[in-house]
Parts: sequence; C-alpha cells; structure tokens
Amino acid sequence: MNSRATDDELRSAARKLRSHSLRMISQAKTSHIGSCLSVADILAVLYGRILRVDPLRPDWPDRDRLIMSKGHAAAITYAAVAEAGFMPADRLEGYARNGSQMYGHVTHVGVPGIEFSSGSLGHGLPVGAGMALAGKRAGAKWRVFVVMSDGECDEGSNWEAILFAGHHQLDNLVIVIDYNKIQSLDAVDKTLRLEPFADKFRAFGWSTREVDGHDVAALSKAFELVPFEKGRPTAIIAHTIKGKGVSWMEGKVLWHYRAPTPEELVTALAEVEAS
Amino acid sequence: MRTAFIQALNELADSDPRVCLIVGDLGFSVIEEFSQKHPDQFVNAGVSEQNMIGLAAGMALTGKIVFTYSIGNFATLRCLEQIRNDVCYHRANVKVVSVGGGVAYGNLGVTHHASEDVAIMRALPNMVVVAPGDPVEARLATRAVVELDGPAYLRLGKAGEPVVHEKEPNFELGRAITLGEGTDLTLIASGGMLATADKVARTLVAQDVGVRLVSMHTVKPIDKEAVARAATETAHVFTLEEHSVEGGLGGAVAEVMAELPPGHAPLKRIGLRPEFNKTVGDQNYLKSLHGLDEESVLKTIQQIIARSYRRVG
Repeated sequence: MNSRATDDELRSAARKLRSHSLRMISQAKTSHIGSCLSVADILAVLYGRILRVDPLRPDWPDRDRLIMSKGHAAAITYAAVAEAGFMPADRLEGYARNGSQMYGHVTHVGVPGIEFSSGSLGHGLPVGAGMALAGKRAGAKWRVFVVMSDGECDEGSNWEAILFAGHHQLDNLVIVIDYNKIQSLDAVDKTLRLEPFADKFRAFGWSTREVDGHDVAALSKAFELVPFEKGRPTAIIAHTIKGKGVSWMEGKVLWHYRAPTPEELVTALAEVEAS
Repeated sequence: MRTAFIQALNELADSDPRVCLIVGDLGFSVIEEFSQKHPDQFVNAGVSEQNMIGLAAGMALTGKIVFTYSIGNFATLRCLEQIRNDVCYHRANVKVVSVGGGVAYGNLGVTHHASEDVAIMRALPNMVVVAPGDPVEARLATRAVVELDGPAYLRLGKAGEPVVHEKEPNFELGRAITLGEGTDLTLIASGGMLATADKVARTLVAQDVGVRLVSMHTVKPIDKEAVARAATETAHVFTLEEHSVEGGLGGAVAEVMAELPPGHAPLKRIGLRPEFNKTVGDQNYLKSLHGLDEESVLKTIQQIIARSYRRVG
C-alpha cells in the first residue's frame, strides 16, 4: 500500500527481511536460507510499493493476491507479512517451533496475510490463474501475483496454467520467477535447462521482461508497468543470486539445506547489515 | 445420474451466479446447455486436470462454488495432490465430480475403471464423499453439496441408471436412507449398486427373508449410527458397491463395525476384487466377473445366510 517508499527504504526493508530469515532459520535449524535470500528484494518491492493490500483487513475483497508458490522460502514470507503489518514481528520467533502455526513451508492457517499454503511445487500458478479468471470475469481491479522458483518450472502443472492463462488473456495475472539458477540438487542448467526461458513464455502468449532481481528500482519499474501488454499475462524473470547478501552462501547448493550455526549467524547478519 | 446431475446444476446456476463448472475437456452431449446458458460460469480447462483443480481452488477462494467434471480417475487420481492441498487443506468450496464410477466405461480399459477413487478421496481430511444411488439421489446430492460450504466429491455413474426411489426421499449428507425394514439382514449400498441391492432385496423378501435396505449415499462422513443399528438389529450386514472392496463403502462400514462392542452381526463386503481387470467387457459383463450382477449377489448372500442357519441348527 505504501507507494511512497523510497528506493532506500525498500533496500532497508529487504535487509530486514534477510536478517529475519537468517535468524529464524538459524534458530529453528531449518533449510532454504538460500532461497529466502534470493527472493528478498522481490518481496520487499512487492509489499513495500506494489501490492494493494490492507493489513487491517487481510480478507478485503478488493485486495491484490500474492501467492508464494516457492513455499520453501517460508521464513522470508512470514517476515514479509509481519513487516507489512499483518502480524507482530515477534511472532516470527515461533517459526517452525513446536506448537506454533508457522510451518517450514508457507502456511495460511493462523497466519494473517498468507493467501495460500504451498510447499509442494507447481501449485501456486494454477490457483493464481483461477483467481485471476474469477477477477477478470467479475471486472475486478485487483491483481494476482505469483512468486515462483526456477526449479519449480520443471513441474508440468505450471505449463498447463501458463497455456491456460495465455489463452484466456489473463492480464491481471503476474508471475515473478526468482531465477537464482540453482535448484534442489544442482544448477538449473545442469538439471533441466529453462533457456530460452523468456521465449517460452512469449510462445505461450505472455508478455515478459527480464530484470535484475536485486535491483529494487528495476523491479519496481517492471511491476509498475504490468500488464506490459493488454490481454497478456505477465512473466517477470528476475535474475537473482541464491544466498544473496551473505558472500559465503551465494551460489552454493549447500545453503538450500544447511542452517547457519549461531557463530555463522553473527557473521551473516553483519554482512547483511553492512550491505 | 449424469443427466440428473447436470440438470440440477443448470437450475442451481440459474439462480446462483457463484455456481461454476470447470470441465477437463470432457462432457460431450452433457455440458452444452450449461456452457451456452452460463458462459461466464463455465470453463473448459482443456486436458489438464492438475490445472483444472488449481483453477477451481483459486476461483473458490474468491467466493465461487466450483464444480469440476471429468471421468473417474482423471477427476481424482491425476490431480490428487491438488485436491489434497489446494482444495481440502484450504477448505475451498470445490465439488469434484467424476463420471463413470466403477466399471461404467468397461470396455474402454483399465485406465477408465474407477475402482479406488472412493477409498482415496475418503482418506482426505475435510472431504465429503458422496456416491448417489440413483438419478433421484444424484439430483438431491448435487443440491446438497452446493449447500455445503467446503470440499466434496460427487461420484456419478453414467446415464440411464434406473430410478430406485419412487418418491423423493429426505436427503441429508451423512445420513443414510432406509428403503426397507427387516431383521434378518441389512444390505448397505452406495452408487449404482443401489438398484441391484433393491432388486436382490425384493427377491429375498419374496423368499421370506427380512431385509433392511440402506442407501449409504454419503460414504464420508459415514452414518455410523445407521451402521451400528444394522450390525446390532439385524443378523447380517452386506455392503454393495461398484468399487474395490478395499477402502470404499465396505472399508468404511468395516471400520465402524470393528469398533462396536462384541456380539454384533458379521459383515460381508461385496464389491470389485482389488485387482486390474484382465478381460475386456462392458459394464455388465465386468460386473458379473466380479460377482456384482443381481444373480451373483443374491447367491453370495443366500450362501452366507444358509451357512449361518446351519450353524445355528
């Protein structure tokens, strides 16, 4: 809602999200810190400048919908809704703890601001397409944003939805792909190559743009221009670095799995805060 | 049943713009009236069942009441995880409808035999599983699942099933309908086997066997009281379904009976053997191979009650 956030404020918000995620994952000893760090700037821009949501009314019918389809980046998603004002930030301490409601994959039950639970990949986009179709038919102004991972694009269900959204001209649907080039076991290029990635979307009737996924100004500009073409859904391919912000995590598969130790957390937080 | 369903859905969509139908590129000669009369409430998702269920969940989360429609396994197993996560976990107002339950598409092949769908749908939290017994129940069930705020699975046969209910019964999800009273045995049927059960019951009654006939249209939540009454007030309980004997109606009834205090009636599950069919045949042919034709069902029941009379004697 906050359209007045400056670029510096967005960068600061992204640092906050990174710090929250590092603390949450380190303390809960869970995985996927690399996936959180790569998507931090994207979420900071979406919540800080783009999404029309109202934390006081999470169910406001005219809100934009954000579906976090890469549900393994749960820590940063909870941090983002907390920082957006949907819940107090101290609730984040419960992340993945016994008795809390914040699972290690994005969960809507008991967590305000979360539209949709994910964790099994390839589910968010079809659901987002359904919301977008309903919104379009109702003549509604709200939009649907789906945040996806690159590895997730291996899932056939996504391509079913990509075909569908192109055919039905769902220009109220925007996906942003956190293209950090590393999936669960190895590099995307060594697993199932996605390139030429943008061409695939164009061939399916989408409008697409590639941006630096860590440049808040570039991300903002792209999001502010959607839909790029009337009658076409939007795919923003955000080039990112897995583990971005902590030099020794960047580009390493290991940090899809390992949680930082308390000592590592201290140096990681220092790096993020200095960035 | 298919016809009764789509007629009821057409009427519901007339009066309630929230009612939508998504088909997985199936429903030739069934869905045309709906799609023509309600273009804004209709979607053909194409041959993409995972996307179909995702779309349905997404639409439902904006306030729609969404029916999805496809053939047995395509409607359920192909998109099982979408049904579990997107629909059931979110309590999305999605009604999964399958046609051709059991071996209705007999000679089309094993891919088209829906023999485990009820067991699998029944295992999902928040899911209500309904297998109406005749066109009358199909119509009433369609209305009832629209009233229900949450997920449901509606398992239909094909077209042309006989009407069993001479007059409209009182239909409530989770509440079995008793069609005939007796104390010698209870026949509990779901889906199209209700007609067979009805005929078998009539034959047995003519032979002076007291038969309680129960239509268990809702397999989940099962009417535990009706099962308990059958098991304690009648001497034998038989379940009849065009579905594997594992995990469907028979499984659900067995689970209830297993936890009753000792001394209740024995149970015999009559249904499809849990195996893939090896022989080609139409629905009636395959049903007879599984002992689900009227004659075989009658014989199975008579053998079991005769054995127990011998034991008593």
